[in-house]
Amino acid sequence: MPQVSLKVNGKPVTAEVEGRTLLVDLLRETLRLTGTHVGCDTSQCGACVVHIDGESVKACTILAVQVQGSDVLTIEGLAAADGTLHPMQEAFREYHALQCGFCTPGMVMSAIDLVKKNPKGLSEQEIREGLEGNLCRCTGYHNIVKAIDAAQQVMHGKVKELPRAAE
Amino acid sequence: MYEFTYHRPGSVADAVKLLADPDARAMSGGMTLIPTLKQRLARPTAVVDLSGIGELKGITVSGGTVKIGGMTTHATVASSADVAKAIPALAKLAAHIGDAQVRNRGTMGGSVANHDPAADYPGAVLALGATVHTNTRAIAADDFFNGMFSTALEPGEIVTAISFPVPEKAAYVKFPNPASRYAMVGVFVAKGPAGVRVAVTGAGANGVFRHAAMEAALAKNWSAAALDGVTTPVDDLNGDIHASKEYRAHLIGVMAKRAVAAAG
Repeated sequence: MPQVSLKVNGKPVTAEVEGRTLLVDLLRETLRLTGTHVGCDTSQCGACVVHIDGESVKACTILAVQVQGSDVLTIEGLAAADGTLHPMQEAFREYHALQCGFCTPGMVMSAIDLVKKNPKGLSEQEIREGLEGNLCRCTGYHNIVKAIDAAQQVMHGKVKELPRAAE
Repeated sequence: MYEFTYHRPGSVADAVKLLADPDARAMSGGMTLIPTLKQRLARPTAVVDLSGIGELKGITVSGGTVKIGGMTTHATVASSADVAKAIPALAKLAAHIGDAQVRNRGTMGGSVANHDPAADYPGAVLALGATVHTNTRAIAADDFFNGMFSTALEPGEIVTAISFPVPEKAAYVKFPNPASRYAMVGVFVAKGPAGVRVAVTGAGANGVFRHAAMEAALAKNWSAAALDGVTTPVDDLNGDIHASKEYRAHLIGVMAKRAVAAAG
């Protein structure tokens, strides 16, 4: 069986996989990192989004062997060692950007890539378009968009503290 | 997925050797192949991943030509300042393929070699009169696409790059399916070294095609109004639950006018 060596959330990992093993299965089944979800399993819903070398990718549509030597970041790797949440996670909590929470890991990972790639800032419309690859069936997206808008201000250093949601 | 052996060659020559096995399949970004394998619609003995081949990546602009390596991702094309300057319509097209995650993995060579009837890039390749370079030859766009999911590529032949002559004017407008975002109809119009060319994707039962009547009308008068009364025969169009042949024929006219207006 092929062996794959990579970094997951900063830690070196080596695992035996089959050629056909998907990255999401390596993460969930072998490494027990179950924060990355499988929703549709057909590349549409985005619940499985992780970062590979800083780029958001659907982990259900890439083979584990393809990430040999790469740096993979999952939702488990976002918070600081002391438990401080990433500004995007904090914003999702503050703005009530989730209901059932199933899509949330993928939403957060996609949103971080989206914000990082747009240092000039995103309009509400651009945030909505940027989330094209992530489906949420509960929230109607409204609070997700608000959370990303607030988080981008922190991530781009425009404000020090996350703007609080209206009471 | 059925079992297969995975290979990641470091050169085109090594990839070609591995693809001599008739049951091996080349994989570029895998955005179509992996879902196909997952559904067990294909059963290759080996998957030859082209992502380790550096010579297949990159964008160069010189002498009125934009040359893009087959393994260049949609995200790279979309964010390339060189492409945006030379052929803005191509950068814009790339920025609206699939979603951000698909654009980070999917490649131009893969899209063109796959010739999905709803893919966007074939419209650009055909309308801009591009040349598809492979490991063995150069193929003119007009000779490349020959039916749905079918191209002039021989088994084991790899798209190494595509070169686009820089047009004077060009634009691409599509009508995405509201759910899948695939083009139900996409029209790429261009006026340039290869003349006035109009390519339609998403609508043809045989994949991408040129629209001769629109090309004739626009060659005489480059304006949206010139397309008034120019119709599209429905015989060779695709009809499905998303849109009938007649509706697609109507959309071709609307998208073409919008594209001409956008091209200026």
